[in-house]
Amino acid sequence: MPVLEVSHIEKHFGATRVLEDISFTLEEGQALAIIGSSGSGKTTLLRCLNFLERPDQGTIRVRGETLFDAADPATQRESEVRKKRLHFGMVFQSFNLFPQYTARKNITLASELLAQERPDFKRDKRRILEEIGDNACRLLDQMGLADRADHYPHQLSGGQQQRVAIARALALKPDILCFDEPTSALDPELTGEVLKVIRTLAEQNTTMVIVTHEMAFARDVADQVMFMDGGVIVEQGDPTQVIEHPREERTRQFLSRYAEN
Amino acid sequence: MQAVFLRLTEAFLVNNVRLFVLTLVFAIPLGLLISMGSMSRVKPLAWLIKTFVWIIRGTPLMLQILIIYFGPGLMEMAFHWPRGSAGRMVAAVVAFALNYACYFSEIYRGGIQGIPPGQKEAGEVLGMTRGQIFFKVTLLQLVKRILPPMGNEIITLVKDTALANYISVIDVIMTAKEYTSAGLIWPLFATAIYFLAFVGILTLLFGWAEKKLSYFK
Repeated sequence: MPVLEVSHIEKHFGATRVLEDISFTLEEGQALAIIGSSGSGKTTLLRCLNFLERPDQGTIRVRGETLFDAADPATQRESEVRKKRLHFGMVFQSFNLFPQYTARKNITLASELLAQERPDFKRDKRRILEEIGDNACRLLDQMGLADRADHYPHQLSGGQQQRVAIARALALKPDILCFDEPTSALDPELTGEVLKVIRTLAEQNTTMVIVTHEMAFARDVADQVMFMDGGVIVEQGDPTQVIEHPREERTRQFLSRYAEN
Repeated sequence: MQAVFLRLTEAFLVNNVRLFVLTLVFAIPLGLLISMGSMSRVKPLAWLIKTFVWIIRGTPLMLQILIIYFGPGLMEMAFHWPRGSAGRMVAAVVAFALNYACYFSEIYRGGIQGIPPGQKEAGEVLGMTRGQIFFKVTLLQLVKRILPPMGNEIITLVKDTALANYISVIDVIMTAKEYTSAGLIWPLFATAIYFLAFVGILTLLFGWAEKKLSYFK
């Protein structure tokens, strides 16, 4: 059974149709790369998965559980949406770290707030907070940032900030980790360190959806590549096939334009 | 001379400082409510609040003080202010709090809208509630942003407290003015010392707070 099943998602902004009949599945441990020009709807799709946008039609299922069904308002209640979001992690293009907290606190904050809702929190407060702290240390270490734990975001480079953001998303142990052009806001010399981290996550079989403009990276790291244009999925399949031998004319045009730049 | 200073100090503390403190106590939270209302998605509410802010910011505080104090009596309303100086102080606090809340609300609105939407979204995808996002993510960034303009308004408030004279809240300036009939001018100059000292303390306080929050950007 696939981890993620997206069926017939549609989204309009006013009269503009941004997503049209989007359906796909993702298997456990696989990485899906979404490519396409700006305005193709790929970021909106990612935002729909994270409930930052509400699709007008369609369903989103994770591990067989229907998280969102446009036809069923019961699945869209604020209180439930909050919990359902936790199936997904999100790494933003512009990092969106909380500037007033250290790298470590950025990672632990959400876990600490969620822990307060646990019935055993009062009794086991110290142990629980310690676990959350240890987890953050482990993640920082994994990101190669163990020595940056007490730095504030503005004291970190863009690449370091994005790695903290990845750790922050991983801290809540999401089923599916989403990346929205994670290197687009970075200076070219800093993209490598972020891509390396994502590559390692892929090797560890983290289930991921990655919106990216890095074609070589998509080809090497993803298990599947999806090309979107004008709000529809034009082509989807094996990375080498889609990127090196695209079947569709539109994909070919996009890739050749991309190669020119 | 000592007696004069004693009277001036008493007038400053009992009237100017009290009015200042009470205005802030009410205007700071009220301003937040007004700014929320002016940003409401319920359009008629936002429109109503914006009109109210326009009226309050568009007319002199002096006029508002007079209308709020004399209005209920002259319009023969069932409501009236308590008698004596206590009633005048209450009316002044109401007028000042409403006026300053409107100015604060615009400062808050600018501050809230200046925080990148990505901050709220980051909180949302991490499963935070609206309250948690406001208190744990937005609030401190908001405070940092609004501190300089708030400092400005609050310094203006110190001096505006003298306007309560119009409804006979006998502040430090009015007290000093009584001595002019006795041919004394220095008490008027002396009142300036009170304002300068108070504003000086506030300036230091705001400078300290800004420095405290300079650890993040």
